[in-house]
Amino acid sequence: MAAEAINHSAQEQDHHSSTGISNEKLAMWVFLGSECLLFGGLISTYMFNKDRIGLNDIGPSDVFDIPFTSVSSFVLLMSSLTMVFAVSAITRGDLRANRIWLATTAALGATFVAGQVYEFTAFYSEGLGFTTNLFGSSFYALTGFHGAHVTIGIIMLMSLYIMSLRGNLPAERAETVEIIGLYWHFVDIVWIVIFTIVYLFPQ
Amino acid sequence: MSTTQGTISASLATRLLGVFSRPQGSEGWKSWLFTVDHKRIGIMYGAAALFFFLVGGAEALFIRLQLATPNGSVIGAGTYNGVFTIHGVTMVFLVVMPMAAAFANYLLPLQIGARDVAFPRLNAFSFWCFLAGGVLLTSSIFIGGWFQNVPDAGWFNYAPNSGVLFSPHKGVDFYAVGLQITGIASLVSAVNLIVTVLNMRAKGMSLFRMPVLTWMLLITQFLLLFALPVITVALFLLMFDRLWESNFFNVAAGADPLLWQHLFWIFGHPEVYILILPAFGIVSEIIPTFSRKPIFGYHFMVASGIAIGFMGWGVWAHHMFTSGMGPLSVAAFAVSTMFIAVPTGVKILNWLATMYRGRLRFTTPMLYAVGVVSMFTIGGLSGVTHAIAPSDTQQTDTYYIVAHFHYVIFGGALLGLFGGFHFWWPKAFGYKLNELWGKASFWVMLIGFNFTFGPMHILGLQGMSRRIATYQASEGFAFWNMVATIGSFVIAVGVAMFLWNVFSSTRNWRRVGRPSVGPDPWDARGLEWMTASPAPEHNFDSDIQVDRFDEFWHRKYGRDEKGKIVRAARAEEIAHDGSNTNVHLPSPSYWPLVLGVGIMLVGYGLIFNLWIAALGVVALVGAIYGWCLEPADDPDTAHGHDHAGRNSLEDEEAITVG
Repeated sequence: MAAEAINHSAQEQDHHSSTGISNEKLAMWVFLGSECLLFGGLISTYMFNKDRIGLNDIGPSDVFDIPFTSVSSFVLLMSSLTMVFAVSAITRGDLRANRIWLATTAALGATFVAGQVYEFTAFYSEGLGFTTNLFGSSFYALTGFHGAHVTIGIIMLMSLYIMSLRGNLPAERAETVEIIGLYWHFVDIVWIVIFTIVYLFPQ
Repeated sequence: MSTTQGTISASLATRLLGVFSRPQGSEGWKSWLFTVDHKRIGIMYGAAALFFFLVGGAEALFIRLQLATPNGSVIGAGTYNGVFTIHGVTMVFLVVMPMAAAFANYLLPLQIGARDVAFPRLNAFSFWCFLAGGVLLTSSIFIGGWFQNVPDAGWFNYAPNSGVLFSPHKGVDFYAVGLQITGIASLVSAVNLIVTVLNMRAKGMSLFRMPVLTWMLLITQFLLLFALPVITVALFLLMFDRLWESNFFNVAAGADPLLWQHLFWIFGHPEVYILILPAFGIVSEIIPTFSRKPIFGYHFMVASGIAIGFMGWGVWAHHMFTSGMGPLSVAAFAVSTMFIAVPTGVKILNWLATMYRGRLRFTTPMLYAVGVVSMFTIGGLSGVTHAIAPSDTQQTDTYYIVAHFHYVIFGGALLGLFGGFHFWWPKAFGYKLNELWGKASFWVMLIGFNFTFGPMHILGLQGMSRRIATYQASEGFAFWNMVATIGSFVIAVGVAMFLWNVFSSTRNWRRVGRPSVGPDPWDARGLEWMTASPAPEHNFDSDIQVDRFDEFWHRKYGRDEKGKIVRAARAEEIAHDGSNTNVHLPSPSYWPLVLGVGIMLVGYGLIFNLWIAALGVVALVGAIYGWCLEPADDPDTAHGHDHAGRNSLEDEEAITVG
C-alpha cells in the first residue's frame, strides 16, 4: 500500500514541476551548489595556512604517505562506479542487484573512511595533532569535514539498503537512489580536488 | 529534554506497532506547533522577528542612554561591548533576516500561484531551527548573570579579539554556535524556496512574469545559499579554536587574522544584499499599486537585482581598506564598489519613474515605500563615499559608518518590511491596520530615525569612534549625541504606536464581528490578492492560468474603444472565495519541532556540556528517521497541487476523450 502511494506521488511530480525536474532532485542540486562553497572555504583555509609553520615544525612532507592515500582514493573513486551500477540496477527494476551495489558502495566508502581513521592515527602518533600547528588544524578540519560527508553518505546508503530489504524501495523510487547518488558523486569529486591540492601539489 | 525523549520513544513505539498517527486539526496552539502551512510559518516568523526587534531595540536604547552625555555611566565599558554586539547580531540575524523570511514564506507560494512550498515540513523545520538559534543567542544575555556571557567582540567578531585570550567568557561561543544554528535554518529555507520558485509556478507563470518581489526573494535565497557556507566555515574554525584549541586564529602560532576578515566579509557583503533585496521587492509591489501604474522597466528591475546578486560577491574587501591588504586590492575593490551603485541607482530611478504621473495614494504602505526610496538613497550616497578608499580610511570605524549602515538597514530594509506589514496585513489577517495610527507611527518613526542617525554623520566626521563606551566633554561630541539619544526614544515611541495599532485594530475588528476586508483591499496587482483574505489554507480553489505579468490586474481592468483603462470586473468576481474544501493538503508533523529542539540541545551542549549535546544528537537522529519514515501520507510528495481538483480535471478530460 505504501509503495502504491509513493508510486502515485512520484508520477504526480513528473508532470507537475515547472522545470521538469522533480523537487527532490532539484533540491539536491541546489544544496550541492552550497556545499561547493563550504569546501571552497575549507580548501582556501588549508592553502592559506599550510605553510604557516615554524622551520622545524612538523609539516605536510613529514607525514603524508602518498601511496597509501592513493590506494584509498582509488577505493573511493571506485565507489562512484558501483553507485552508478546501483542506480542502473534499480532503474531497470533489478532490486536485488540494486541492494548488492548499494552495499558495495557503502563498503567501499567505509573502507575509505577506515583508511582515513588509520591515516589520522598514524599522523597523530608521528606528532601531528589537531592543535599542534596551523597545518595540523587546517588539515584535520578539511579532511575531517570530508570524512564526515562520506560517513553521512554511508548512513544514507545503508538506510536505502534497509528500506529495500523491507520492500520500501521499489523500482518506482529509483530517483531516490539517483539523488543519494548525486550526493555521493559530489563527495567523490571533492575528494579528487582535496587529494590533488593537499597531497599531490608539491609541498 | 525529557519531553523530547518521551515523544521520540513513544512515537517510535507507536510506529513500530503501525498505529502512529500524525497530528491533526487546524485549531488551537498545537496546530501552530506542528503546522507545515507556509502562511502560518510566515506569520510565526514575523511574530518572532518582532519580538527580537523589541529585544534589539531595548539594547539600542541602552547604547543611546550610555552615550547621551559625556562620561556616561549607565552601563560599564565591558557591558557596553556586550550590548552593542548583541544589538547588531540580533538586528541582523534575528530581526531583518527572519522578517524577510516571513514575507518569503507567506507570499512566495501565493505570488507564483502554488499551494505551498516544495517541502512543507522542511519549511517548518527552518522556522523552529531559526527560533532555536535565536533563543540560544538571546539567552546569552542572562545565562550566568546579566551580560556576563554575552558576545562582546562586535557583530563581525574580528579575530584575534574573538579568541579565548581576549574574550574568556562564553559569549563568543554563543555567537559561533547560535549563528551556525540560524545559518542551518536559512540554508534549508533557501534550498526550499529556490526549488519552490523554480518548480512550482502556476501554468503560464514564466520567470519573467513573476512579480518583482518574487524575483528579489529568489535572488536573496541564492545569495543565502552561497554566502552561508562561507560563514559556516568561519564559525566552525572559530568554534574549533575556542572549544578545542586549534590554531586558525592563534597569532602566536603564526595565524593571520585577516583570514577571518576575508571569510566573514565574503559572507558579510552578500549578507547586506540579503537584508536589503527583500525590502526592494516589497517596495516594488507597493509603489505600482498606489501609483496605479505597472512597475516601470520591469525587466531592468529584475536584471538590476540579478546584477546586484552577482556583483555583491566582488566587493567584500571594501570593508577591509585599512587592513593593509595592498594598493592593488584596494583599487580593485574600490572600483567594483562604485560599480555596484549603478544597479541600485537603476532601481531608485525606476521607482521614481513608476510614481511619475501616477495617481498616487499616500496610504501607510506607500508612505513607508517612499520613505525607503528616500532614506535608502541617503544611505546609498554615503555608501559611495566609502568606495573612495582614501576617504574611507578617514571614515572607517567612526560614527559615519554607523550612520551609513543604519540608513540602509533601518531606513532601507526595516522601513520596507514595516511597509510590507501594513500592505499585506489584510491579506494575512482579513482586516486592515488603522490608517491614521499607521501614518502617525510612520511619521514619528521617520522623524526619530533621522534625528538618531542623521547626527551620526556629523559625529563620525568629527572623529567619534564607534564602539567607544564613553567620551569626554572636551571632544565636542555632546550635543549631537544628545540629539541622537532623543531621536532613538522618538523611534521607540513610533514602534510603540505601531504595536498599539496592531493591538487596537485587532480589537476593533473583533468588536465589529470580524468582517473580512475582501480579497483585494488595495486594488493591487499580484496573484496573492486573487484569493480570499485571510488566505485560505489551500491558497487557491483551483489552478490559475497566467498569461501575462500582473495577471490579476489585467483580469480586473481592460481598455475601452478609446484605449482608456476601465474596470472589467470586480475583484470579488475574479478572486477565489476559498470555498473549495476538497484539496489534498500536507499533514502537520511533529518532527520539525523535535529536530529544532534537538539542534538547540546540541548547541547548548557544545557550549556547556557535551552530554547535553549527546542527548541532542539522539533527538536529532530520532527526528530525522521519524521524519523519513512518516506514514505514506507524506507532505513532501503531496505538496503544492490540488490533488483532488487536478485529478478530477484529468478524469473529466479522460471522459471527454474517451
